[in-house]
Amino acid sequence: MTDQTPTGDACRFDAVGVEELVTDGPTRVAVTPAAADLLRTVVGRHGPVMFHQSGGCCDGSSPMCYPVGDFLTGDADVLLGTLGVPGQDPVEVWIGRAQYETWKHTRLTIDAVPGRGAGFSLEAPEGMRFLTRSRLFTPEESEALGL
Amino acid sequence: MTRYANPGSSDSNITVAERYGHWINNEWVDPIKGDYFDNPTPVTGEVFTRIARGTAEDIDAALDAAHAAADAWGRTSPAERAVILNQIADRIEENLEDIAVIETWDNGKAVRETLNADIPLAVDHFRYFAGCIRAQEGGLSQLDDTTVAYHFHEPLGVVGQIIPWNFPILMATWKLAPALAAGNCIVLKPAEQTPWSILKLFEIIGDLLPPGVVNIVNGFGVEAGKPLASSPRIAKIAFTGETTTGRLIMQYASQNIIPVTLELGGKSPNVFFEDIAEKKDAFYDKALEGFAFFALNNGEVCTCPSRALIQESIYDEFLADGIKRVEAVKRGHPLDTDTMMGAQASNDQYEKILSYIQIGRDEGAKVLTGGNKVDLGGELSGGFYIEPTVFEGVNTMRIFQEEIFGPVVSVTKFSDDAEALQIANDTLYGLGAGVWSRHVHRAYNMGRAIKAGRVWTNCYHHYPAHAAFGGYKQSGIGRENHKMMLAHYQQTKNLLVSYSQDKLGFF
Repeated sequence: MTDQTPTGDACRFDAVGVEELVTDGPTRVAVTPAAADLLRTVVGRHGPVMFHQSGGCCDGSSPMCYPVGDFLTGDADVLLGTLGVPGQDPVEVWIGRAQYETWKHTRLTIDAVPGRGAGFSLEAPEGMRFLTRSRLFTPEESEALGL
Repeated sequence: MTRYANPGSSDSNITVAERYGHWINNEWVDPIKGDYFDNPTPVTGEVFTRIARGTAEDIDAALDAAHAAADAWGRTSPAERAVILNQIADRIEENLEDIAVIETWDNGKAVRETLNADIPLAVDHFRYFAGCIRAQEGGLSQLDDTTVAYHFHEPLGVVGQIIPWNFPILMATWKLAPALAAGNCIVLKPAEQTPWSILKLFEIIGDLLPPGVVNIVNGFGVEAGKPLASSPRIAKIAFTGETTTGRLIMQYASQNIIPVTLELGGKSPNVFFEDIAEKKDAFYDKALEGFAFFALNNGEVCTCPSRALIQESIYDEFLADGIKRVEAVKRGHPLDTDTMMGAQASNDQYEKILSYIQIGRDEGAKVLTGGNKVDLGGELSGGFYIEPTVFEGVNTMRIFQEEIFGPVVSVTKFSDDAEALQIANDTLYGLGAGVWSRHVHRAYNMGRAIKAGRVWTNCYHHYPAHAAFGGYKQSGIGRENHKMMLAHYQQTKNLLVSYSQDKLGFF
């Protein structure tokens, strides 16, 4: 079952009741309407962006949003998937490979809350902060994703 | 008990200006683009001042000031610099209470911590590096009868430093003291969650340094931190924060071929062996405090002992006693000296911790105590307060693998030393660890085998100067808190001198 956000994005509630934009089948990552709106603002200001999921201290565990090409990914990283925000280029979401091993049983939904993380993430001056919400994959999702 | 008045209130002698500029060239200057950002106190959630929103233009102005000062400052004698560092320490000590209250208001932590830990440690740190630089010697290698290699220490020049929000003044001090001792000029960017206390500190100590030696530019990471970290005009960048930003800073540094020091967090194991419960004496009581130390600084410590590993033969008893200790944590106004735990530093931090408590429950970890937000009522209702929380689970869970940076400990059990070691090392990080045992051989062997830069043995959360602090694995590069940090802020100049009058004979 789907409904729509004020900006017209098709939404639904996921397995634990978090409202997110509809994805094309089971995915490792998703985005909430609030984060989709913030993404539109950030892309409007800075051009195409990507996420790298951080770990460790202080602002760790936050999804860091950078201009495409600013943060180098490589063999030490895993591409979790792309976020489909209508009207925007697909937004890649990456995580360090070692961290992926400890996170791979959980599905990540990128949300936005008031705040101002540290780090160089692009949204901080907007007074909002991207935030990763996590839940366990359902058995059906695990099977579909080959986990 | 003492309850300090809120800074800026009529009962407080601590003034709060309507807004604060940058500290450049020993002057308060407006941001070039003219923008300011709100600074709330996590104690109440209310905005209490506005702070200059720095941009690349302000970073450039700060770098100009630093470069203009660098040659003269770099040529001062170690004795002169040591005198200044000692004067800074004395001035902080004379104003210790005020500075502690300022730090609590900006960060949210309980004032008993800033009074007894953050600020006294900062004082001692400046004194330590004043001593280190006086005692440091260069080297001389006699290569043969007439050839000598001299090794001189020289400052790097102008360095960049990016400071975290969990101990704003102390973490700034860990970076400022060795860099100044070594003769460098500095452009420093505080965290945007805690931009105020370091400015108040420089209201108090700023006149002790020549203009341009320390320059402070506040602002958001992407607008002020990035232009600093990626500038070709710095000779080194020091950062404390998390792994992704740490990698990004290394990437910028690679473009300019400059060194970095990074402190990037941990997931520290705190290992309790069965022999601690052989007697219910003072040492057992100390070990229980060691368990409860995850709540120090509201858990916002890179070395928070956030994984407690308890031997199964004492598991039920020790854990029950530990939970009693945690449940005795007294909450209240962070500016009340009886309050044992204050507010989380920001709203996004608060949200993140709550999201981790949720994923812990989802993964099947059991909440043994806590697990909820706290409303302390009155003006504190808008602040960011969370109960100290004890989870029971297994080491593969996310709450055992990621630094929550909140007052949350994840507890599991082990059967023998080998299993304790395996669990302790099963982490991406290697910053801190704790080992608790009455048996010296066991404690020594564990301490040496745990892959972490600091293993507290029968203690925890001491941060004295003269004990090296830094990470293995993904926890970073470099060792702060020790004279070896001088090397991270110095070049080595080798003069290779021949005292022979005779040619070699090749040409």
